[in-house]
Amino acid sequence: MALLVSDLSLARGGVPVLTGLNFRLEPGRALILRGPNGSGKTTLLRTIAGLQPPLEGQISGAEDRIAYAAHADGLKAMLSVAENLAFWAQVFGNSDISPALDAYALHPLRNRLAGTLSAGQKRRLGLSRLMVTGRPIWVLDEPTVSLDSDAVRLFADAVRGHLSAGGSALMATHIDLGLDADVLDIAPFRAASTSRVGASDEAFL
Amino acid sequence: MIALLIRDLRLALRAGGGFGLGLAFFLIVTVLVPFSVGPQQALLGSIAAGVLWLGALLACLLSLDRLLALDYEDGTLDLLLTAPLPLEAVVSIKALAHWLTTGLPLVLAAPVLGVLLNLPGGGFFWLVVSLALGTPALSVIGTFGAALTVGIKRGGLLLSLLVLPLYVPTLIFGAEAARRGAAGLDPQTPVLMLAGITFATIALMPFASAAVLRMGLR
Repeated sequence: MALLVSDLSLARGGVPVLTGLNFRLEPGRALILRGPNGSGKTTLLRTIAGLQPPLEGQISGAEDRIAYAAHADGLKAMLSVAENLAFWAQVFGNSDISPALDAYALHPLRNRLAGTLSAGQKRRLGLSRLMVTGRPIWVLDEPTVSLDSDAVRLFADAVRGHLSAGGSALMATHIDLGLDADVLDIAPFRAASTSRVGASDEAFL
Repeated sequence: MIALLIRDLRLALRAGGGFGLGLAFFLIVTVLVPFSVGPQQALLGSIAAGVLWLGALLACLLSLDRLLALDYEDGTLDLLLTAPLPLEAVVSIKALAHWLTTGLPLVLAAPVLGVLLNLPGGGFFWLVVSLALGTPALSVIGTFGAALTVGIKRGGLLLSLLVLPLYVPTLIFGAEAARRGAAGLDPQTPVLMLAGITFATIALMPFASAAVLRMGLR
């Protein structure tokens, strides 16, 4: 089942940011969103994840199929790596966390408290959460922030594995992951708004 | 859902989790009351039930601002919203975890602290019964307040102002049940009213909490 977005208009803080957006994401494909800061990438991803309603338009094929990863990883500092991951696995009805630990080379860190990890290690843990959700569509907002080049390679491999297993990925990123992916530039869909006051990304930084 | 409860309990018990905060506050308040009121045993005995109830209520209030705010700050709340758990269940579990780590220890500590306040012998049973019945309502109503203020930086003051009026019926009937028990009167009516308030809030408040949370996160 494809993710289908038709005639979508979005607002952020009450100000329209994107309008007339259409795209289709087939299983096994990845779509990379590009656009300058403040162009509405995060708003689009949050809307598709169901965290805010669109102004207009339809999103089909997203219900209960999205695994969302944003700027905040949802990690608890006082839980260990394995405990954090096992919690999310149980919430999504899974139990096996070792493939996720393997994919992001987290096995040596599994008993460390998440609060003692470096920024890049936390990010790896946050991304490994996607693998324990068992959801087919990954919605990723700047997934490679604070990752080093090795970790970016791990991440690209994980996405490739997910795509070859019939999953799909929608991500906002500025670096080239070497994926065979479609690119959607959202800048042309910017809403014609006279005033963009209050539409900053302040709350997301 | 069990996973969420276990995680919340585990977090509360680990360093910095805030377990014991309410209990310590309760202990301090009740220990200090005899010093401020003076060594008049009869007076202390007659105000003991009310003081213990007020102390327990304020102790519950103390840990409310962390109930959802921490999960909001680190992004957990957004991720829980996309998870297959209904949000009503999430807030109910959060309230249950809050009660287990804050309300239940207060219920268990109250009879011990009752000794310090010269609570009459017949009052201990009804004090424990009224607190055990009333504190779940405090947690559930508090979760609603926490949901209302979740996006607000340092919303603790606003949270207290919003929640305190909602606590008044629970306090009136809870303290009245404990007072009647201590005075040797029949506490049945206030106990039934208290039970009614508690069960109604447990049944209805999660829907309100989930609704305001959905609005607040948008």
